[in-house]
Amino acid sequence: MNVALDREQKPANGTRQEFAPWKDPSQRPLVRFEGVTKRFGEVTAVDGLSLGIYEREFFALLGPSGCGKTTLMRMLAGFEEPTKGRVLLGEQDLAGVPPYRRPVNMMFQSYALFPHMSVRDNVAFGLKQDRLPKSEIAARVAEVLRLVKLSGFERRKPDQLSGGQRQRVALARSLVKRPKVLLLDEPLAALDKKLREETQFELMELQSSLGMTFMMVTHDQEEAMAVADRIAVMNHGCIVQMGTPAEIYEQPATRYVADFIGDVNLIEAKVTARDGRNVVMQSGIIAAPLRAASDAEVAVGADVALALRPEKVKITVRKPADATENFTRGTVAGIAYLGDFSIFQVRLESGQVFKAARPNVTRFTDQPITWDDRVFLSWSPEAGVVLTQ
Amino acid sequence: MSNEASASRGRALVVLVPYLWLLFFFLVPFLIVFKISLSDDVLAQPPYAPVLDLSAGWDGIREFVAALDFENYAFVLGDSLYVQSYLQSLGIAAFSTLILILIGFPIAYGMARSPRSWRPLLLMLVILPFWTSFLIRVYAWMGILAREGLVNQVLVGTGILSQPVEILATNSAVVLGIVYSYLPFMVLPLYAALDRLDESLLEAAADLGAPPWKSFWLITFPLAMPGLIAGSLLCFIPAVGEFVIPDLLGGSDTLMIGRTLWTEFFSNRSWSIASVIAVFLLIVLVVPMVLYQNLQARSLEAGK
Repeated sequence: MNVALDREQKPANGTRQEFAPWKDPSQRPLVRFEGVTKRFGEVTAVDGLSLGIYEREFFALLGPSGCGKTTLMRMLAGFEEPTKGRVLLGEQDLAGVPPYRRPVNMMFQSYALFPHMSVRDNVAFGLKQDRLPKSEIAARVAEVLRLVKLSGFERRKPDQLSGGQRQRVALARSLVKRPKVLLLDEPLAALDKKLREETQFELMELQSSLGMTFMMVTHDQEEAMAVADRIAVMNHGCIVQMGTPAEIYEQPATRYVADFIGDVNLIEAKVTARDGRNVVMQSGIIAAPLRAASDAEVAVGADVALALRPEKVKITVRKPADATENFTRGTVAGIAYLGDFSIFQVRLESGQVFKAARPNVTRFTDQPITWDDRVFLSWSPEAGVVLTQ
Repeated sequence: MSNEASASRGRALVVLVPYLWLLFFFLVPFLIVFKISLSDDVLAQPPYAPVLDLSAGWDGIREFVAALDFENYAFVLGDSLYVQSYLQSLGIAAFSTLILILIGFPIAYGMARSPRSWRPLLLMLVILPFWTSFLIRVYAWMGILAREGLVNQVLVGTGILSQPVEILATNSAVVLGIVYSYLPFMVLPLYAALDRLDESLLEAAADLGAPPWKSFWLITFPLAMPGLIAGSLLCFIPAVGEFVIPDLLGGSDTLMIGRTLWTEFFSNRSWSIASVIAVFLLIVLVVPMVLYQNLQARSLEAGK
């Protein structure tokens, strides 16, 4: 399931304080995209987008392929110039500054390791361009290789390394110049699941121990949630929602975000009344009125969607006792056993399929729920989110 | 089981065919040439001796072997004419190859960087000259370079020169002919190498602080090296032994080894000396190639 780690307490400089510079109006972002548009011929890849990334932040751009997230990153690296708008690093406008003069480094999705150079020469490449003394280059290469646990591989060529090792060389090569911003283009996409999860934690550790600013592009929402301080969900060249992983997951702003991040049951409904904190809705697929807590301004009669995460839906054989709960009835149509969780697909009387997740807290169950069982699905008013968009 | 056996037999057959080809059409002829190089010239048919006579049995073979010697090799090495024509061949071929690299690299680079949809057309244009006979194209150069040829007419007509210059029948004309004829052999392997080059490598180099000229020198050029070496060998080796171009475009002082060989064989009817020249030519070309291959293999090993 999703690893929505609590990143509130970030031990960046030894003190355990909340890391949220975006809430502090006195802070200025390190990187600013101001009304940036990028067109390739007829295609608009990035559409009037503004965004600020703060120092020491781990920022993730998340979206499906073709949403413009890579183009946005490449504009910061200098491989693309914006058609309109400005990209600023600190107080410097980066317009016209070629990639080789920008104090940012990028880790490429393909890794782009130089095949004719050894690991050492690959990593030293950037430092040699800066004409640093030989002894310093050697020391810094050794240091960064130790950091990515590749000491002893200095003389290997890229084609003599495994995928995971190549990934580390690419990371080391982009880290060694201590860039102001490290750009990561789908850094973990080519790794298998186990290695990916390990590497996620290593990336986070590296980022907080080095105190660097990371900007990552990914289409993998689990990856973004696991590592990032903030996530910007992109679609069609615009940011749909920006916030911490928990905000994005628990308070999606639109149907698109709710559906893109994690698993969700979306129930289309009409608002019938307002009852204190709760919005009362009527949907076509569940007979009983639905109640959901919402602080948003929702007019009576508006068409909304109730977004409900599977793990917040309880699945029981008996009717739930709590009267405040929303509930409906259905038949188990499918079970996916994931080890830690089981996902039940429940067909409602209206025919729609609902997903409910249940943690497997014990190894055996007296009364396992199985195929074709008649079950009750229930959830509290606090479980669902009312979406107007 | 039998399936596997027949599969491995099939594989052996596939490998065997080219080796049999090389055996019959390279090794056997080479041994014949080598044998002639150890023989003496005689006025007879064939014009060399001894000739192996198997009907005489063991004595015949012993006599045959005893008559073979290396005196022709000593003769060729001792005569400065031959040594000079080797040196001049190598010199002209090396210089031509250098010019081929200087012209071919930008062409191949431009092709590899052009829009994908143009590339088949550009490739076609490189190969197009092959559709006309090589001999006719070299003859055409005689017309262009002659004293009353196109080049001189233009130069004199526009007043750049007051009187025509000798271009035909000089070493420059030979180099020009070689460069013109061999250009596709340089461009195609270079293009293949540059086309494979992943553009993100150049972006990575730029990202790490290398300006374009530096990333060309540090990334593009070394990665194009295999193509450059293949193209250079494809041009240099046949250029050393080239006969048609020096014969048609070269002057009487253009001593290239192909021409010397032709003279020995057809004018002097000295098959043995011609064979010695051929054997030396092979050694001159094969030894550096073997050395290079060894070096390559060792540098690959070193990385492991």
